[in-house]
Amino acid sequence: MPNKAKTELTSKKKTESSITSDFVLKVGDGALLYVAGGGAKPASELVLPAKFRLTDDEKIDLLYLMKKTRGTENKIIKLYRQGKIVGGVYTGAGQEATSVGTAYALEKGDYLVPMHRDMGSHIAHGQDLRKIFSQYLGRVTAPTRGKEGNMHMGDFEKNITCMISHLGSNMPVAVGIAYSYILRNEKHTVLTYIGDGGASIGDFHEALNFASVVKAPLVLCIENNQFAYSTPTRQQYNCTQLADRALAYGIPGYVVDGNDVEAVYSVTKALIERAREGEGPALFESISMRMHGHSAHDDAFYVPKSMFEEWARKDPILRYQKKLMEEDILSEEELAKLDQRVETEIEEAAEWALQQPEPPAYEAALGVYADEMPQLWAGYRPNPKLV
Amino acid sequence: MAEKGRGEVVTYIEAITIGLREEMERDERVWLLGEDIGVYGGAFKVTKGFIDKFGEKRVLDTPLSESAIVGVAIGSALNGMIPVAEMQFADFISSGFNQIVNQAAKMHYRYGAPVPMVIRAPTGGGVHGGPFHSQNPEMWFVKTPGLKVVEPSTPYDAYGLIKAAIRDPNPVIYFEHKYLYRRIKEKLPEEEYIVEIGKADVKREGTDITVVTYGSMVHFSLEAADILSKEGVEVEIVDLRTLLPIDKETILKSVRKTGKLCIVHEDTLTAGMGGEIAAIVAEYAFDALDAPIKRVAALDTPVPYAPALEAFFSPDTKKILVALRELAAF
Ligand SMILES: Cc1ncc(C[n+]2csc(CCOP(=O)(O)OP(=O)(O)O)c2C)c(N)n1
Ligand SMILES: [Mg+2]
Repeated sequence: MPNKAKTELTSKKKTESSITSDFVLKVGDGALLYVAGGGAKPASELVLPAKFRLTDDEKIDLLYLMKKTRGTENKIIKLYRQGKIVGGVYTGAGQEATSVGTAYALEKGDYLVPMHRDMGSHIAHGQDLRKIFSQYLGRVTAPTRGKEGNMHMGDFEKNITCMISHLGSNMPVAVGIAYSYILRNEKHTVLTYIGDGGASIGDFHEALNFASVVKAPLVLCIENNQFAYSTPTRQQYNCTQLADRALAYGIPGYVVDGNDVEAVYSVTKALIERAREGEGPALFESISMRMHGHSAHDDAFYVPKSMFEEWARKDPILRYQKKLMEEDILSEEELAKLDQRVETEIEEAAEWALQQPEPPAYEAALGVYADEMPQLWAGYRPNPKLV
Repeated sequence: MAEKGRGEVVTYIEAITIGLREEMERDERVWLLGEDIGVYGGAFKVTKGFIDKFGEKRVLDTPLSESAIVGVAIGSALNGMIPVAEMQFADFISSGFNQIVNQAAKMHYRYGAPVPMVIRAPTGGGVHGGPFHSQNPEMWFVKTPGLKVVEPSTPYDAYGLIKAAIRDPNPVIYFEHKYLYRRIKEKLPEEEYIVEIGKADVKREGTDITVVTYGSMVHFSLEAADILSKEGVEVEIVDLRTLLPIDKETILKSVRKTGKLCIVHEDTLTAGMGGEIAAIVAEYAFDALDAPIKRVAALDTPVPYAPALEAFFSPDTKKILVALRELAAF
């Protein structure tokens, strides 16, 4: 029970109030100093210099890489359903324009820090299908020699990190890779990704703030595929676009049609080359749709059917194929050849991987420390401290 | 004032500074990052003057951002550099915990990528820091395969271990005890040396009781041993120096000699280092024991602020003496 004296005091105060007008705070004429939103003011144009524009051959290459990505993941799902691949399988179907278009913008020596929808990034950054199938099948020929599964396929030799599951945690690591280029005065860049869900975690903030302060040569692609597992974006964040957050870090931010591979490439390339020239990090949000459940075991009952239907019509691969044919860059005949090539490569690689041995069981006990049997890894780069 | 170097009498904190500086001169891949380490020279001044000598890129004042500091260090280690990250206080290492235990520790196991990095963490109590500037968080990491964890107790070891940590191809957490920073002095050898990670050190030889300890408690244990010596009891003091990997050999050798074991640490009792060492000894040297194993450690509580409370909480010479006298009488 409130004590009497106190009750009297509050009620007295209330009746005494005779204020009737609002108090207006205005920037410029009082103590209100600033209205948020003015950190970095990106120009409304993003210029991709002529020398980086796509040639016809490169355009066909993009289509090839997207088809290879889709085909590889379809094959992986098949092997999973046959019980040959165990554990979880997460694919990026519907998002190939984003994964391929972004990684295609990297140059040799640049670093890729991918996430779990980015099979296309691995493939575009030069990862070999044999290694990819070995990885999913847990064979000794995988870049992780069976220590890791599915999309956790870092490859030290190819400048691809081995993502950890903890979403967001890979972002500060990407900043550190980028900062090393500053320390060594090297003109390389780093490309990394985060989902619409992962963007909610603290490391997202820590990494972007840090990157901006040290001007790290880093580009972040926010893969907005409308869902984080079952959670729709309206329950994930409450800003208009995730790219709006760029302003808070004082870096440029853009939103791009994530199903338009040329657009994705152009935005990424412009920002990557800007970073390479020492102008610091940038981010863009790539709008697409996860065209299936979160993983192979999820039927995505929570996604309206109409939404799947709508996005199926926007399939980035069919869309680009149509475009290249309309522009006479690709003929019927060439298309048939391309499809055949993709299929042969996938079948050959999967078959090869199925023939490879599993790692010997005792290897489970090895490799915790770098000074212990490092020669196990084919791609092992001796530690700089030890040479 | 001239920089101190080898061959001089130095404090524990000066020994760390000398080791760091020499490693940065030796190898330009070594670089430092942390909060207030550059212009200010670090909260405890370990890196005072470094920014002038090595430049602001190699001595990076970072945002207040432990997860990013550790993550950036990891990325830079993956990309050919050797970062030494400073946690302003060991307590704040929890804000970078995920990066340490899930990125750094597992990286090499998962795909063969070495992560040569050091995290320096000013640890421990006795400085009236209260619950968030006094903790001993070493056991959060000793539980994590892939990390190495060290904690020197003397200037000699502080210098030798920081150099070993920087040259190690694995992530090493280097706990430096705040209580010892300016209290312990010693003359460093003229010649450069390293202290091998994974090797304990017998700080005092004895025949009757083995004390296994580390960090600041080495000094309290030595004090207790001197008192007992006058009573005719000779205590052997094993300073672990490295907590992971554990030097089982040195521990077992000493226990086999004395037949009695007391483990002393400033960290809290439950699931502390003492439990692990007791288990090792019970498993491999049960036959050598003439008395039950004893543990002297802090209370299972947060670290309290007021001096009387902290004194009650923390182990000290008196509490060690009580345990050792009981063992002697057994
Ligand atoms: C820190 C963390 N919490 C939870 C999970 C479990 N998890 C895996 S994927 C996922 C959804 C991710 O959504 P989003 O970031 O949008 O990426 P998407 O899968 O949609 O590409 C969740 C919750 C995780 N991997 N990491
Ligand atoms: Mg998503």
